[in-house]
Amino acid sequence: MSSTTPPMPDAAVPPPADTGAEPVATVPGSEENRGQTVMREILASSWVVTTLAIVLALVISGVLIAAADQEVQDAAVYLFAKPADFFSAAWHAVSSAYVALFQGAVFDSTADTFAQKIKPLTETLTVSTPLILAGLGLGIGFRAGLFNIGAQGQIILGAVFGGFIGFTFDLPPGLHLLLCMLGAAIGGGLWAGIAGVLKARTGAHEVIVTIMLNSIAVYLVAYLLTTKPFQNPGSSNPISPPIPESAQYPLLLGDQFRLHAGFIVAILAAVFVWWLMGRSTVGFKWRAVGSNPHAARTAGISVNSAYIWVMVTAGALAGLAGSAQVLGTDKVLTADVAASFGFDAITVALLGRSKPFGTFLAGLLFGALRAGGFAMQARTGTPIDIVLVVQSLVVLFIAAPPLVRAVFRLPAPGTRRTRTPRSSTKEVAA
Amino acid sequence: MNKIIRVAALSGALALALAACGSAPDDDAASPSSSMTPGAGASSAAPVDFKACMVSDSGGFEDKSFNQSGAEGLERAGAELGVATNKVESTAATDFTPNIAQLLSDKCNLIIGVGFLLEDPIQTAAEANPDVEFALVDSAFSDKDFKPVTLENGKPLLFNTQEAAFLAGYVAAGTSKTGTVATFGGIQLPSVSIFMDGFSDGVKKYNEDFSKKVKLLGWDKDKQKGSFTGDFEDQSKGQNIAKGFIDQGADVIMPVAGPVGLGAAAAAKDAGDVMIVGVDADWYDTAPDYKSIILTSVIKQIGQSVFDTVDQASKDSFTSEPYVGTLENKGIDIAPFHDLDSEVPADVKAKVEELKTQIITGDLKVESPSQN
Repeated sequence: MSSTTPPMPDAAVPPPADTGAEPVATVPGSEENRGQTVMREILASSWVVTTLAIVLALVISGVLIAAADQEVQDAAVYLFAKPADFFSAAWHAVSSAYVALFQGAVFDSTADTFAQKIKPLTETLTVSTPLILAGLGLGIGFRAGLFNIGAQGQIILGAVFGGFIGFTFDLPPGLHLLLCMLGAAIGGGLWAGIAGVLKARTGAHEVIVTIMLNSIAVYLVAYLLTTKPFQNPGSSNPISPPIPESAQYPLLLGDQFRLHAGFIVAILAAVFVWWLMGRSTVGFKWRAVGSNPHAARTAGISVNSAYIWVMVTAGALAGLAGSAQVLGTDKVLTADVAASFGFDAITVALLGRSKPFGTFLAGLLFGALRAGGFAMQARTGTPIDIVLVVQSLVVLFIAAPPLVRAVFRLPAPGTRRTRTPRSSTKEVAA
Repeated sequence: MNKIIRVAALSGALALALAACGSAPDDDAASPSSSMTPGAGASSAAPVDFKACMVSDSGGFEDKSFNQSGAEGLERAGAELGVATNKVESTAATDFTPNIAQLLSDKCNLIIGVGFLLEDPIQTAAEANPDVEFALVDSAFSDKDFKPVTLENGKPLLFNTQEAAFLAGYVAAGTSKTGTVATFGGIQLPSVSIFMDGFSDGVKKYNEDFSKKVKLLGWDKDKQKGSFTGDFEDQSKGQNIAKGFIDQGADVIMPVAGPVGLGAAAAAKDAGDVMIVGVDADWYDTAPDYKSIILTSVIKQIGQSVFDTVDQASKDSFTSEPYVGTLENKGIDIAPFHDLDSEVPADVKAKVEELKTQIITGDLKVESPSQN
């Protein structure tokens, strides 16, 4: 066991006692906190593990779908008298649920017209837009060593700023939209900047601060929607006036589809983040801070200003995610404009290993799960919560690569080539 | 080795347990795909070629409040009218439009949205799908300039809740021994504050009629401000807020917060001589633990309105005429006083009946800024 120990438990006992096989992700400097070790471990896991984690999550959710199905429950009562019934019912429940999930997320073969057949795919892209944008922002934070939980609040503030500019002012098309987007980015950036400044100036932990800012944002928007400037004239319902067309993201594929230009913004943002983190000096500094703040400080990088600007950038991207909702998909500001996007985006960023392209793909996957979940619920009566279970299980497995490796008997990364994979997996599994 | 024995023992036990449970039904009854249409399988009436569907708001169908009442109405329609049903839950406002789209592709004939948050999505869908019928609980439709509009295929299901809450406020003020009554809400939404407005007016009316000074805590109708717990889930908040009112001398409390109100009921029971006014359903029946302290309840028959709408639509007599639950058609009502009947003074009872008649005939108007 000891020679192939997964790095995580090892890192908890610094300094590593046995140096026989150096664990890959052992943290230099024992002051590093454990969270960053876990973070690095997650980022270091391979594509294979990621894919297998998704497969594993779908399999376990399949069991849950079968267990929750009335037919299956009925058949289970006489399992031994007639096992075929049980298995066919279980197969039927699981396969029809996943078929509906696919039909709702990618291609609906049951629809009449071609437009309706491909509509699910456009829905997936629409739903994934805020996830990608917020996920990109979070990814920047993760790579700079900041565990930003606050995307939810930043999305809300982005939506509030963007929405307010949208429904209050009357401006020419184009300019209006740009101003709204700018406002959304500033709103999200400011909100995240609070956590960044507190972290830089006082050392307040960003996890705590961003969680608290989430709660404040939730109640802030709820309060704002009870005030006159944010309400429909003549109504006391907590819904804002609709966003005028001049401030809406234009639809990309015509009236039939909800897909809007926010998706283009998401693509551009992904390219921008790729350039920022991979090609620019600023990104290099931020990554250096993420790898080892002490070394970065010694090398002359201002760690504090990096913390602030990382948070502001992350918040601006989350704010744009809010604009995608309020200016594109919903076209109105409500109290749950952020739905659970801020939290799902954490998963998206982790699944995408905080890389822009990975986050983009992970966003598409989660968008597909969400969009497909509606069809699954409507067509097969499968509770929509199953989608949440799939997402949560994916995170669980991503966060525990040794578990996935053990299930699929994969060798641990960093295992010496001289060892046969067989003997090492045996030890892991034991 | 140990592990193998354990697994063997477990599976043996499981096998015995399962094998004891039952025998297979006849072949023709057990085909898994035969009852895929929900409702059709369980119906006692002859199946009708009609599908009624429902979208919840983000509270979900198990919210012990209006979503649940709506779903119960739909299920009853499925069982008694033999219509097929389908209901989908939304987890957030962003889910409404995709959920409605799914129901449309599921070939629903009638789609009911529960809650005012669904106004825009339902209206948009109704305009785009003229051959499908829509209904909306707790809100009317309005156009871009917020003028009310009538949709050919859209039926609002509205409730003059303030009328029943008015009577409840009157009774509460008349029964209070301390001269202080209280109310609080879950979240400040029109469908919540409409209860509190009516209650407030009822207390005021009692003070006028009997020249008393019964005080109301927790809601100021003129300022539209009051006490709210902040959600519809946390019962301990209801308990705390109710304790606060009791400490200030309140002895009748109306919690308008779904299950949070049960926390208030618990606090009232602990206090001993405090009574509760239930909301939505008759709490004497739905919260039997607190039977002895339920003075009355403000009943809002969402389930019945849903059932009636499905009934009409399935018989081809759907109209876009709004359904308005009033004291007159019993869409709203106040519950009997049950065990606390003797606590309510006779002159108050007589007056309540009189007021009820006046409201029904239109001689007395009870109004709320939250009414549609």
